[in-house]
Amino acid sequence: MIAFILRRLLQSIAVLLAVGLVAFSLFRYVGDPINAMVGQDTSMEDRALLRERLGLNDSPPLQFLRFVSNAARGNFGLSYRTSEPVGRMIFERVPATLELAFCAAIFVLFVGVPMGVYTGLYPKHWSSRLLQTVSLLGVSLPPFLLGILLILVFAVMLHWLPSFGRGQTVQIGWWTTNFLTISGLKALILPSITLGLFQLTLIMRLVRSEMLEVMRTDYIKFGRARGLSNRAINFGHALKNTLVPVITVMGLQLGTLIAFAIVTETVFAWPGVGQLFLQSVQFSDIPVMAAYLLLIALLFVVINLVVDLLYFVVDPRLRSQGGAAKVAGH
Amino acid sequence: MAVSNNPPLLEVKNLRVEFPTRRGTLLAVDDVSFDIAPGEVLGVVGESGAGKSLTGNAIIGLLEPPGRIAGGEVKLEGRRIDNLPYEEMRKVRGAKIGAIFQDPLTSLNPLYSIGRQLVETIQTHLPLSASQARKRALDLLKEVGIPGAENRIDHYPHQFSGGMRQRVVIALALCADPRLIVADEPTTALDVSIQAQIIALLKRLCREHHTAVMLVTHDMGVIAETADRVAVMYAGRIAEIGPVRDVVKQAKHPYTKGLMGSIPSLGVRHDKLTQIDGAMPRLTEIPPGCAFNPRCTVRGQRCMVERPNLMSAGASRAACWLHDRGGVGAPVTKELVDA
Repeated sequence: MIAFILRRLLQSIAVLLAVGLVAFSLFRYVGDPINAMVGQDTSMEDRALLRERLGLNDSPPLQFLRFVSNAARGNFGLSYRTSEPVGRMIFERVPATLELAFCAAIFVLFVGVPMGVYTGLYPKHWSSRLLQTVSLLGVSLPPFLLGILLILVFAVMLHWLPSFGRGQTVQIGWWTTNFLTISGLKALILPSITLGLFQLTLIMRLVRSEMLEVMRTDYIKFGRARGLSNRAINFGHALKNTLVPVITVMGLQLGTLIAFAIVTETVFAWPGVGQLFLQSVQFSDIPVMAAYLLLIALLFVVINLVVDLLYFVVDPRLRSQGGAAKVAGH
Repeated sequence: MAVSNNPPLLEVKNLRVEFPTRRGTLLAVDDVSFDIAPGEVLGVVGESGAGKSLTGNAIIGLLEPPGRIAGGEVKLEGRRIDNLPYEEMRKVRGAKIGAIFQDPLTSLNPLYSIGRQLVETIQTHLPLSASQARKRALDLLKEVGIPGAENRIDHYPHQFSGGMRQRVVIALALCADPRLIVADEPTTALDVSIQAQIIALLKRLCREHHTAVMLVTHDMGVIAETADRVAVMYAGRIAEIGPVRDVVKQAKHPYTKGLMGSIPSLGVRHDKLTQIDGAMPRLTEIPPGCAFNPRCTVRGQRCMVERPNLMSAGASRAACWLHDRGGVGAPVTKELVDA
């Protein structure tokens, strides 16, 4: 178990280094950073001096090492666009994105899983078929269109919910939260649905097919033969056996929710890192892009690590020796 | 055995199980009737597809859809159970009728310790506190011969061997001291050396608890060793039913004779084991008359048109015209078969 966690940590670091290399190459090969920093009338000598001072004449491995050690301390340099420290720009906006992704994930989990269980238990009931059909819509509707439709209905026509922004937020330390004001909570609803609907239908379909499979197994039949109640069978025995694949997908989806909040944040003018990233791309603001890349990679790695640890909680077969190999196979 | 004088524990009368399919309805169990007395072991043998497992599943009310009981009745202790609503039948399952399935490797939920599964079953049926239920679970595990039960109770299914898991399954079936256990091929998935242990265990426990067993298997050896009476099934019907000694030593139905002839016995020199030519007909192609007639060596013309029901034949009853006063009819000529 400990060995497994250590191995996973090493793997995670390797992944982060690889992504770091990509981010680092952005600086080196996407245009000349000196050009981006100085005006057109700077003399060649000044440029050379600056190049020397910034260490750009050092060997690439040494520069990479410096980049990594700076990144590890949260130092990503200054934005080309605003000349603010990139780390601070990102951290100011991370809470907005994380809270949005968190709400979307909650929506996915607490609506998608029960819907999946229901359609899996009663696959032939008309309401299951209806859910199945509606879920097709969820899969095929692009988020920007869905977002605009939701804005049209709930903001423009009904005036129930705001169409953009975070509403009022409360500052707790460096973290700004939506959860403590009514307008903040209301502002979360539409973006969360927009961001989560696709994942919701995915999770629902996954849980459904897993449930259908588990319900056919011998231990479910034996559970019935032992006279267990339907509740014990459906939720105690069946649902728990669907959890391993569901946790895997849910983990990946959470990463995706954060990484692909870009579209939703744009539609709802949500001041998160996705929107920041999009602006940075428009201005070729490479330090911000590199930092964003690393942040997303870090989140994916952390989530996957948590997912791997959750397997151990769910499945006793993995807790015994040699179980780690099986996890890797998932 | 004197058990036959007691009122029956389980009565199955004219049971029919059918499967609606796209090409029409298949009758998988056709007019099957038998009794099981309290404490009696009834063996049910037959080839795959003879309808023996379906009969067992129909009794415990767990036919897999679209299979359904199309006729007849099942009575447990005089009370009809085949038409009970699901929730009522659920209280019968586990409490009055225990079940053991073929594969112990897949019968247990891999995510819960065996202790938890035992306690869950016990508390479903008996009004016991958690600690009392755990005590009972422990006793059951000791009874089925799990060594070091105190430690093993918190282990998970994957930490047990196949034979040990089947012992746990038996303990689970016995949780609420049922009157009847339907054991569907309980040893088929196990090693031969383990099979004998499991059968001996089942036999001993049922004697001690005075539990009746419906032992479904295709292994005639297991039946001969364990059962009090045997029912031989063929193509969804009972071909012969009677005390185990009579059925094994003096089979009355040509099919049973064929079955017995195909089993090697120790101490007897066999030059060649006999075999029954052909295969059991598919449910869609059951011939008119006796279902066994195309493979039968002693058939007559009557066998090809008229279906025999069970009739007295010595101590047993057999579904064969040989035991009817009218006989099998005129011998079948070659031309008739070709026509």
